Amino acid sequence: MDATSTVLLWVLGALALTGGVLVFTLNSMARVTFALLGSLVCVGGVVTVLGLPYLGVVIVLMMVMEMVIMAVFMIAYMMDPAGLMPMSMLHNKRGALCVSGAVFAGLLAGIFLVPWPERTGTRPADTTFQVGVALMEDQMLTMVTLGFVLLATMVGTTVLATRRGRYDRFGDDLDRRPAEDPAGGGVGR
Amino acid sequence: MVEAGAWWTPLAAPALLFGLAALAVAGHAVLDAVCAGRPLTPVAVLRPFLAVPRALVERPRRLPASDRLLWRTGVVTVPVAAVLSTLVIPFGNHAVADLSVGVVWFNAMEVLTWAGLWLAGWGPNAAFSLVGGYRFLAQGLAYELPLMFALISAATGARSLRVSAVADAQYGLWYVVWMPVAFVVYLAGVLAFSFLGPFAYPAGRDIADGVLGEASGVDRLLLRAGRRLWLAAGAAMAVPLFLGGGAGPVLPAWAWSLVKTLLVMGLLLWVLRRLPVLRADRYVEWAWVVLLPAAVAQVLVPALVGLDP
Repeated sequence: MDATSTVLLWVLGALALTGGVLVFTLNSMARVTFALLGSLVCVGGVVTVLGLPYLGVVIVLMMVMEMVIMAVFMIAYMMDPAGLMPMSMLHNKRGALCVSGAVFAGLLAGIFLVPWPERTGTRPADTTFQVGVALMEDQMLTMVTLGFVLLATMVGTTVLATRRGRYDRFGDDLDRRPAEDPAGGGVGR
Repeated sequence: MVEAGAWWTPLAAPALLFGLAALAVAGHAVLDAVCAGRPLTPVAVLRPFLAVPRALVERPRRLPASDRLLWRTGVVTVPVAAVLSTLVIPFGNHAVADLSVGVVWFNAMEVLTWAGLWLAGWGPNAAFSLVGGYRFLAQGLAYELPLMFALISAATGARSLRVSAVADAQYGLWYVVWMPVAFVVYLAGVLAFSFLGPFAYPAGRDIADGVLGEASGVDRLLLRAGRRLWLAAGAAMAVPLFLGGGAGPVLPAWAWSLVKTLLVMGLLLWVLRRLPVLRADRYVEWAWVVLLPAAVAQVLVPALVGLDP
């Protein structure tokens, strides 16, 4: 790895850690969310520098969308979203400190104790292609199964979360057209 | 073939984008004058640019308990993301950086607008601007997936995420010919992420300009510039994605890129004046029930054509 990449890696790593710390020290939900987003964007940068540009850029893409949607929900359900009153993001301080300390020590020990493998063979020219091959050939079954499970979860949670059922919408004999929805839609209703 | 990374490209690309955005503003003024039956004078064309010096000397508005850090971040993000998106757009035979994942890069920069606009709505600590920010997210959830599938259609046809490869793969037959649905969905997406015309709902007049409402002076200028920059960047990206890039007879590649970009931009400017503003709740249903299946079916076409026997 050349010097530029190493410097980038350290800078992005430090920024990601700073963002992570800010998540627990800031006291406005919006700022916390975007500190976390900044941290994750830096992680995307780290992945890119490590030679996986597709995964890195996709991390940025997905995390921006995800964090912005998360901000909406967090702010909707928090008692003090704007941080106008100081509030702490820390709960169960002593227990959390023990757990996170142990996890951190374990991970750190892992870095030094695990015998890291040497690179065998040459580096692939296009890692994006390799990711595609891995997903579409070796892990095809896993991905298909995962996709269906995720879809079923999404549909299931939506069905469970909504108060209205099909009889509310379509009437007792399921023959009411158009359906009676609280908000009108764009397709013929 | 596209050459990337000449020393002057990082200067030329933003300059060109700003020029195109300025042309979009001027074009809008021209259409305004024509529609209102006013004489088409240079003054009528240049009048909108008076907003620039006016914004620069305007006294900024202060609001109680605004989150200035996040507000500024959001306001700056919108135009900066638009400029960054042009890194991967080849203009003729030149690009700033011909990334191997250029299509995804463009998409990621476009998604940054979500964060930017929401922050611009959240920052001022005012109800209408926050409503505007939420409206953009609701609209984003509707336009983003069809737009992604439109981008995927072009990438699938070229079997590459490199924008120059997508342009080169259209030798002989442009993607707009056999992927018209993806092209239309993409153009709708361009209007949506520049929140103009039918997608101006986040900055709607019914909520006193929404995300733009509380911004004043340079902030407002940056947000409004961001809109036009995104319009120009989206039009420029349509050329390598669907219109064969710089390919064309007689003229050099850069001239064809420019001509096609201007045509797309003119089309968008014309369309955005013709259509009424769409409410996000109406558009969400339409996007998920009609546009998304259509876009998925469109991806199937290049996927089947590209199948190895």
